[in-house]
Amino acid sequence: MPQTLFDKLWAPHVVADLGDDWALLHIDRVLLHDMSGARALTEVGERGYDLARPDLVFATPDHAVSSAPGRTSATFAGGARPIARLRERVKETGIRLFDLGQPGHGIVHVMAPELAIVLPGTTLVCGDSHTCTNGGVGALAFGIGASELTHVLATQTLMQRKPRSMRLTFTGTLPPGVTAKDMILAAIGQLGTAGGTGFAVEYTGEAVRALPLEARLTLCNLSIEMGAKMGFVAPDETTFAYLKGRRFAPQGAAWDSAVAAWRGLCSDAGAVFDREVTIDASRIAPQVTWGTSPEQVLPVTASVPQPANAADQAALDYIGLQPGQPLAGTPVDWVFIGSCTNSRLSDLRDAAAVLRGRKVAPHVTAWVVPGSETVKREAEAEGLHTRFLEAGFEWREPGCALCVCVNGEAVPAGKRSVSTSNRNFVGRQGTGARTHLASPAMAAAAALAGAIVDVRSF
Amino acid sequence: MDAFTTITGPAAPLLRANVDTDMIIPAQRLIGAGRDGLGRFAFERFRFNADGSENPAFPLNQAPYRASPILLGGENFGCGSSREGAVWALRDLGLRCVIAPSFGDIFANNCFQNGMLPVRLAAADVARIAEQTAASPSNAYTSVDLERQVVVTPNGEEIPFTVDARKRGALLEGLDEIALTMKRRAEILAWQARDTAARPWAWDPVSR
Repeated sequence: MPQTLFDKLWAPHVVADLGDDWALLHIDRVLLHDMSGARALTEVGERGYDLARPDLVFATPDHAVSSAPGRTSATFAGGARPIARLRERVKETGIRLFDLGQPGHGIVHVMAPELAIVLPGTTLVCGDSHTCTNGGVGALAFGIGASELTHVLATQTLMQRKPRSMRLTFTGTLPPGVTAKDMILAAIGQLGTAGGTGFAVEYTGEAVRALPLEARLTLCNLSIEMGAKMGFVAPDETTFAYLKGRRFAPQGAAWDSAVAAWRGLCSDAGAVFDREVTIDASRIAPQVTWGTSPEQVLPVTASVPQPANAADQAALDYIGLQPGQPLAGTPVDWVFIGSCTNSRLSDLRDAAAVLRGRKVAPHVTAWVVPGSETVKREAEAEGLHTRFLEAGFEWREPGCALCVCVNGEAVPAGKRSVSTSNRNFVGRQGTGARTHLASPAMAAAAALAGAIVDVRSF
Repeated sequence: MDAFTTITGPAAPLLRANVDTDMIIPAQRLIGAGRDGLGRFAFERFRFNADGSENPAFPLNQAPYRASPILLGGENFGCGSSREGAVWALRDLGLRCVIAPSFGDIFANNCFQNGMLPVRLAAADVARIAEQTAASPSNAYTSVDLERQVVVTPNGEEIPFTVDARKRGALLEGLDEIALTMKRRAEILAWQARDTAARPWAWDPVSR
C-alpha cells in the first residue's frame, strides 16, 4: 500500500502500538531552552527518575536573554537565574550546552538545523510550539508541554495519537519579492488558525521543491499557527547539500547510508491523505497581518476588511485600524527582523538587499537580531551588519528578543511594529504593542518607508 | 495527577475565538516558574486594568463566575504557545474543565496531563449553555460527567460528548503516564538496540 511521508516518519519510531491510533513513539532528539529546561531536568530527578539518554538532549539559552550588544546572561536580570540553573543541570547530567557567545548558540530552532542536530527521518521534540520548524529538513518535529517533556527526558519516548495527514501543495512559481513567509501566511489566511488542528502537514509542490532549505524552515515554522503541531518537507538534494559537513551530520560511510535512507523519505505515488489543499504560489502577493491572529492576514495591496464577527472587531480595536483603510501606508514605529521564523542568513540577506543605501525613517526603531551566533558571524563576515548599521538599524545579539518579550525587551504600548516573527497576538510583543507579521524584505522596506509598503514597488 | 469524574458549577463564558495561551498567561510570568500559584496571572491582561484594579467587565471578575470550575470558550481555545503554565494558571484559578468547539492541540494535551478536561461541543451548544447560565447566573449549574460523557446544562438538557478513550481512562483514574511507560523500559531498550543497527546514521553523530 502506498505510504505518505508522514507514515514513513511515524511508523519506524513506534516502540509499542497502544491501539486506537496510539503509539509509544521513540524520540531521537530533544532540545531544551532556558524558559523550561532547568525545571524539566529538576522535575525528572524529583520524580525519582534518571535521564534516559542525555546524549540525545541539546540545550541552549534563547528566550530570557537580552539581545543588547555586549550582553551577558545577567543583562536581563530575570533570565540570570534560569540560565544559571540550566548551566548547573546540564553540567550534572552531561547534556551538551551551547552557551551565549559560543558557536552553536542560538534560537533552538535555528541552531538545531544549523548543527544538523535534527536530521531527515528523525523525531525531535522541544518545550516550544515552534519546534515544527525543524520539519523543514524532513523530520517529525513537534512542540510539547512541560509534563510531556518530563516524560521524554525520563523515557526517551512519548505516548502520541497519530494525527491525520494533510498534503498542502503549492503549485507554480513564486513571483519575485514573495517568500516562504508569504506562502505560509497566505495558507493560514485561507485555512484559518485551526485549519490544521489534528493534522500533520506535508508541504509539497513545485514552489516548495524550489525553496532553499532555510526557507523550508520558515514554511514549517508557521505550521502551528495553522493549528498543526507538525509540518515537514520531503528531504531532497537541497536538504542533503545543506546538512553535509555540519557538526552533528553523519560522516563518511554513515553519511552515505543516511542519504540512501533519506532518498526514500517521500510520499509514494497514490498515497492517500486525509485532507488535500492546493494553493497556486504564482498568485501569492507579499502578505501582512491586520489583526491579532495570524489568520487575519491579507496581501499588502488590500484594505482592512469589514469585521466579520466580534473577534474581528476586538482585533481592530486593539490594532487601531479602520475598515476600508489601505494596509499600505499605515505608519510604523518599530521593525523587528529576527525570531525562529526569519532570522537566518538568507533572511538577513533578503532584508539587506532592500536597503540600497537608504535610511531607516527617523521615527522608526529598527532591530536586526540574528538567529544564532553562527548566523551573526557569517553575516558580519559578508558585511551585512555594516549595511544595516549604516541604514540606521540596530545590530544585536542572537536570541528570541522581540518575538516573545521574556527578556526585558518589548515594543512599547500603542506602538505599531512590523515583525518577521510568528505571532501577532494581543500583548505578544509587549503590553499594548500592535504587531503586523510580514517577511524580512517587507519588514526592511517598512523600516525605510516608516510605513507598511509593498516591497515589490519600493 | 488528580482524577476527574464529575464537575458541577456555574460555567463562565469567554466565547471569543482564538483565545491563545499568551492571553491566558503572558510568558513573562513563566520564566523559571513552577506549577503552583499562577492563578493570579491568569488572563491578567484582561482581568485587571492598567492600575491593577479589577476589570468588572471580565466574566471571571463577576460574582457567580469567580469560583467557576467550568469555562466556556470559543473556537481554537488555547492556540499558540505550548506553555503548560496556561493550564497551571487556569487550574490554580479553580477551573477543571473548558468546554469549547475546538482546542489548540498542545493545550488540550497539557490539560489532560493536569487533571483538566477539555470538552468539545458544537458552538451552538456552548452558546446555549452560556445563555441558560446568564438567565440566572447565581443558581445555574452545569455538570460535566466524564464517566457518562455528558454535559448537563442548567436547564437539565443532556449533551453527549466524546473524549479519546485512552485520555478518558487516564483522567478517570488519575494515571501517571511516566510510571506506565517505565513498565515498558525493556521494550524501549530493545527498540534502541535494533534501531542503532538499522539506522547507525541517527546514532553515530551524537556519540562523537
